Amino acid sequence: MMKKDNISKDLFIKAKVKEDEKDKIVRPKLTALQDGWIRLKKNKAAICCLFILIIIILLSCFAPVFSKYKYYETDYLITFNSPSPDHWFGTDQFGRDLWARIWYGARISLIIGFAAAFLDLFVGVTYGSVSALIGGKTDTVMQRIIEVLIGIPHLIIVILLMMVLPAGIITIVVALAITGWVNMARLVRAQILKLKNQEFVLAARVLGTSNKEIIKKHLIPNTVGVIVINAMFTIPSAIFTEAFLSFIGIGLQEPAASLGVLINNGYQVLHNYPYLLIFPAVVIILIMVCFSILGDGLRDAFDPRMRK
Amino acid sequence: MNEVLKVENLNVDIRTQFGDVKAVRGISFNLNKKETLAIVGESGSGKSISVKSIMQLLPNNGRISKGSITFEGDDISKFSDRKMQNIRGSDISMIFQDPMTSLNPTMTIGKQINEVLKKHTNMTKEEMKARALEILELVGISSPDKRYKQYPHQLSGGMRQRVIIAIALACDPKILIADEPTTALDVTIQAQILDLMKSLVEKMDTSIILITHNLGVVANIADRVAVMYGGKLVETASADELFDNPKHPYTKGLLASIPKLDEDEQELISIPGTPPDLMMPPKGCPFAARCKHTLKVCEESMPEYYKISKDHLSACWLLDERAKHISIES
Amino acid sequence: MFKYICKRLLYIVLTLFVILTATFFLMNKLPGTPFDDERFSMLPPEDQALVLEQYGLNEPVYIQYLKYVQNILKGKFGESYVYAGQDVSDVLTHRIGPSVLVGAQAVLLGLTVGLILGILAAWKHNTGIDYFTMIVAVLGVSVPNFVLAALLQYFIGLKWGILPVAFWESWSSSILPSIALSVSVIAMIARFIRTEMLDVLQQDYIITAKAKGLSKLKVLMNHAVRNSIIPVITILGPIIVNIFTGSLAVENIYSIPGIGSLFVDSIKMNDYSTIMAICICYSAFYILVILVTDVLYSLIDPRIRLISNRAE
Repeated sequence: MMKKDNISKDLFIKAKVKEDEKDKIVRPKLTALQDGWIRLKKNKAAICCLFILIIIILLSCFAPVFSKYKYYETDYLITFNSPSPDHWFGTDQFGRDLWARIWYGARISLIIGFAAAFLDLFVGVTYGSVSALIGGKTDTVMQRIIEVLIGIPHLIIVILLMMVLPAGIITIVVALAITGWVNMARLVRAQILKLKNQEFVLAARVLGTSNKEIIKKHLIPNTVGVIVINAMFTIPSAIFTEAFLSFIGIGLQEPAASLGVLINNGYQVLHNYPYLLIFPAVVIILIMVCFSILGDGLRDAFDPRMRK
Repeated sequence: MNEVLKVENLNVDIRTQFGDVKAVRGISFNLNKKETLAIVGESGSGKSISVKSIMQLLPNNGRISKGSITFEGDDISKFSDRKMQNIRGSDISMIFQDPMTSLNPTMTIGKQINEVLKKHTNMTKEEMKARALEILELVGISSPDKRYKQYPHQLSGGMRQRVIIAIALACDPKILIADEPTTALDVTIQAQILDLMKSLVEKMDTSIILITHNLGVVANIADRVAVMYGGKLVETASADELFDNPKHPYTKGLLASIPKLDEDEQELISIPGTPPDLMMPPKGCPFAARCKHTLKVCEESMPEYYKISKDHLSACWLLDERAKHISIES
Repeated sequence: MFKYICKRLLYIVLTLFVILTATFFLMNKLPGTPFDDERFSMLPPEDQALVLEQYGLNEPVYIQYLKYVQNILKGKFGESYVYAGQDVSDVLTHRIGPSVLVGAQAVLLGLTVGLILGILAAWKHNTGIDYFTMIVAVLGVSVPNFVLAALLQYFIGLKWGILPVAFWESWSSSILPSIALSVSVIAMIARFIRTEMLDVLQQDYIITAKAKGLSKLKVLMNHAVRNSIIPVITILGPIIVNIFTGSLAVENIYSIPGIGSLFVDSIKMNDYSTIMAICICYSAFYILVILVTDVLYSLIDPRIRLISNRAE
């Protein structure tokens, strides 16, 4: 601080006040999306996981294409070969190349994960938003149905469906979606109901904004976060369930490959050829870890209040 | 000596992801025995942070970067947490803004009062209960026996605030810091709580630091007032003098913005503009950007305190000899 | 409270009804009976009819359904299709011991370790122990328990020979499977407690407690831990699901004669009555756990008591 006597007398004149600057907001304006992205970028673990996931997805797309072996190609001369320059991850009991099989399997697992999440999202969001937007009796009935369904342990239904329907990817996806959408529907309904009563939506309504506009401008942008974040957690759980079903022998069947099938296969010969279990196990663990950390990161970045 | 607390050149920084916020920038004040000092200012002026730093209850990202806080001859701003624990709740206690969230919802009222007695006294269980009931009675809670066993959610907001005051006063503190104690309450309850605090000061030897943005509260209870703006104290005076003869344009603005019942004015008067961003505090007077009478010097450097009378200080360049030629039309 | 429980019981009955019906009709749609292997088709037609009659498979579907519901209400699940002459209820009671032992051990271990890790992590937020807990929490939910069980079996059992790898001989046989099952429980609880406690530590009443002059440890134990542990009851349901799911694979890996391995075997052998019985018993158990946890929670937490009182 300057001593007051050192200050020149000339300064004691009226300053020009810039009227428009009085209300200026100094910090840059950020949309919720930009703000979230900045926060996500600071989360190094989440960004790292995003990269690993991209690499895994690329590998699962292209590795089987560029490999000189096909995932179903058997060669009885080279059964149980340890990892070598020729077969990077070794070969299994039928002499199939594990590298090709793992990435093909990862592809199947990822497809199942994404498809189940998408179906979940589609059914759940429709059900939830219809229930919340229409309200009244419809909402009550729809909620009662959900309350009955929520008590059913998912796994039981999935297993029963897997036994009834013909084995295959579509069956698994359908079985997962039939049980999975309930959660999404509840989340979406809760979020919309919460928003409907919030001041800024009420304000928009008072200002005469039409329902359509309110849905477009307020409800959708503020619900997308919840939906995406929930879907991010559905994907690994679907991948896990598929692997689990295949492991206990009611998921996909050989020679089709998913990470679960490969792990099951590897487990049969674990005693002598542990690498047949360890390689697919590492890949599935990587996928699960990355989705889980990325999901957490997204949630923290885009919706800190949802942290619970 | 009459002085119980002396704060000198207190600076508090809050770390955020965008940089340090200089929430409090060199404030000094003192508190006398049995005196009620009100610190007034709008949200974000740093008043709450200042008193939290006295108790060393700043959030984890906040720290006292400079200055001293003298209590009974010791600079308590340098105290370790362990030493501070003996002061909190017994010598200096604090009550908070929101009575709905300031009590532990899973613990009975009695237990929450006993906690503070257990820490600072050597009372037996029976003595603690007796003291708890006594103090509940003192803060005007009817049937304290019943309330003693109840949980916070069974009490109304006003009653909870009384309980919080009871906890704060249980050990006869020398200083009671009240951080907006009435803001979250209904207007009728506000008056009750203020009356309670006033009567308690008279009964006990307690000095009060009252944080508020409500000048009505100030007029009701305070002996002296400190006006805070942008992390700085801009004016201090006795309550009467401040209301009669405000010197700082910000104080004048605040007083003008009190709605008056006896006048016909239809419009509420407000001070245009927003408080400065304390991430990048202005080098001059923090109020310069909103002041009606801004001088060039105001934007260049922070004014010092001009002594108006014995107890009245104001930091405004308009009070300088060299600004005499400027007419202040308001 | 009473009204609330009645309402919940009504939903439970409805849910169970949906489960019963779904189970029955899905089972009816199943391709083939356990008797459709070669031996069965070699039987003369009258013998086939006899066998079908013995299991009540020759009657119209709705009669079968009514009989089925009637029997289940009496607690009879019929005869096992595979273990001829054995009542499914008997098979289940015979098998439940090992599953309960392993499951209970896993829950106990998971609770203890999870609570300790979660509390330490929140207390020492952003320190080594916090990062360690986060890693455990992420890995615990990411490593499928059957993979973990297989790896534990391979390394600890086979390679180092520390613990028995399979067969149900003594208590030591239950250690590895219990650990394998508990890891995800540890992760769930540690993570839950950590988040809950970090939230509680932000609450105003924590500052009030500090302003009373309580020591850090007292604030932590008397206010933060206490208030964050209560909601753990709410994730008991998901934990039960987790243990059950895990047990299907883990019991198979360690050859434990429990419900999980029975279930998987029944699926492989199309033993309908056993599958149905396990589905229904497990669902009923799950629903009961959810009800009990909700009621318990409202009894323990005074805040919740208020809400249910208002709802009445």
